[in-house]
Amino acid sequence: MDLLAFARGPALTFATAIFVAGTLWRLVGVLALPPWRDLSPAREGAPPNWLGAIETVFRKMIPHKTFLKAGMFTTVNGYVFHIGLALCVFAFAPHILFLKSLFGFSWPGLPNGFIFGVGALTAASLVAALAYRLTSPVLKLISRADDYVSWLLTFLPVVTGLAAASHIGARYEMLLALHVLSICAFLIWFPFGKLMHAFLFVFSRGATGARFRHRGAQL
Amino acid sequence: MRHDETLAAEMQRRGVSRRAFLKYASYVASLMALPPSAAEALAEGLAAARRQSVIWLSFQECTGCTESITRSHSPTLENLMFDFISLDYHHTLMAVSGQAAEQARLEAMAANKGKYIVVVDGSVPTKDGGVYSTIAGISNLKMLEETLRDAFAVVAVGSCACFGGIPAAKPNPTGAVAISELAGGKPLINISGCPPIPEAMTGVLSYVLSFGKLPELDHLGRPKAFFGETIHDRCYRRPYYERGLFADGFDDHGARQGYCLYKLGCKGPVTYNACATLKWNGGVSFPIQSGHGCLGCSEPDFWDQGGFYRPLPTPLGAMGPALAGAAVAGAALGVGAALAARSHQKTYLAASEKEKD
Ligand code: SF4
Repeated sequence: MDLLAFARGPALTFATAIFVAGTLWRLVGVLALPPWRDLSPAREGAPPNWLGAIETVFRKMIPHKTFLKAGMFTTVNGYVFHIGLALCVFAFAPHILFLKSLFGFSWPGLPNGFIFGVGALTAASLVAALAYRLTSPVLKLISRADDYVSWLLTFLPVVTGLAAASHIGARYEMLLALHVLSICAFLIWFPFGKLMHAFLFVFSRGATGARFRHRGAQL
Repeated sequence: MRHDETLAAEMQRRGVSRRAFLKYASYVASLMALPPSAAEALAEGLAAARRQSVIWLSFQECTGCTESITRSHSPTLENLMFDFISLDYHHTLMAVSGQAAEQARLEAMAANKGKYIVVVDGSVPTKDGGVYSTIAGISNLKMLEETLRDAFAVVAVGSCACFGGIPAAKPNPTGAVAISELAGGKPLINISGCPPIPEAMTGVLSYVLSFGKLPELDHLGRPKAFFGETIHDRCYRRPYYERGLFADGFDDHGARQGYCLYKLGCKGPVTYNACATLKWNGGVSFPIQSGHGCLGCSEPDFWDQGGFYRPLPTPLGAMGPALAGAAVAGAALGVGAALAARSHQKTYLAASEKEKD
């Protein structure tokens, strides 16, 4: 079995199974916790808990005006690589074919050249995010191994994908195998590190919103 | 022609002009992607060469490779056979049969000791002592070993000889193996494909004959001149791939527009061969041009790559059962974790109540 067959076969199946099991473990583990019951009466004018939760999920997409200027770089850069990653994953024809093989349906993709440009921009944005993390004293202080591992495992699929698309560095099938293997590493790490925020951010923001809005805080 | 006569002398005797000879050498040079200056060296080499003895062994195969080489348009097999090589044994093409044929093989081996080239198509069954394929009562395994002993080099033609091919596809009931596993260190050239492009076979034989050495090979032992680029690299449908325009079926709008066949399982991006440039039947067409994706037939284990119509980015094998199992296990773990947290919370609350009392 060559490396590409190994990557597309046992490695991908194993990694996806770990991803599914780990993600469900964490999601079910959080969602099946006893529901929050605040016995205090809600502040006057406070929205119902569910509305407070939903409002906060969206409101927190832009930092509070007090921090807008200070957090401008992280906000804009964060949007660039998140949207970039989403486009690379969900709008590139070969990826759509992979997702179709899992879910049974597909959607139109974008031209390869466009995705390649988006991928390059995403890679640059991820490098900028790392540089910022390493140069900001506060951010550096609170960074843990998890942050760096999560960064690396997000960055690798992007660069190996770019290398495969442009046939740079090695033979195409080798680059493709490395790309698939880097995705396997990403999938395996996903549920156990900070990458899990892709699912958990809704619940954590919602829970914060429900509690604070109930007590009358403006978020 | 006698074996000890140079090809130049033979050509002169048959009235082949030097110009025609040079033209042929230039064609082979361009076929092998050699620099223009090499054409002259090639011509010189060919002129000084003696007629090359070739013993062609056919083992577990379908005769497709022989069918293919007989359709080589330039140099034609006839060109090669009448002008440059002496095909001393090929049990499909030779007139004699039975013991006389085997005798011809043994005689050629004795007369050209250390100088003859062995061409093999088909894989070799090794299970149960190799009983699954025999010629004149001799197992393929034994015949290969015997014939290779005094050979100058061996050329494996076709994916069966190069990588085991279809006979070695799972579950490989005959224990079929590639020639490389049995070549015992003899210089080996793999010309893969199912079948290989005829010009790749005749071109390589001409090269070996002219230069007396093997051409530059890739990591799978294939001549880089023919296997240096993927089908995808040189595919005329590539612009559609780049623009994200794909055929979704063999008779839909995309197929009629000639869009890229990637979604229909084309293996062109991972297949190294010259189909997109040399094409087939005298340069008329190749599979992608006639509307079907590349099967990847010149790559190892092409038969076991999950299906010809399965697009390249899709996983090999069925993931469904593994993912369903993982989902159940993950959900069960989650419920278990939540129950543990609830019980922990209860104990904690009870303890703090007690403390308050
Ligand atoms: S038809 Fe096949 S080889 Fe040609 S561009 Fe599409 S994927 Fe590549």
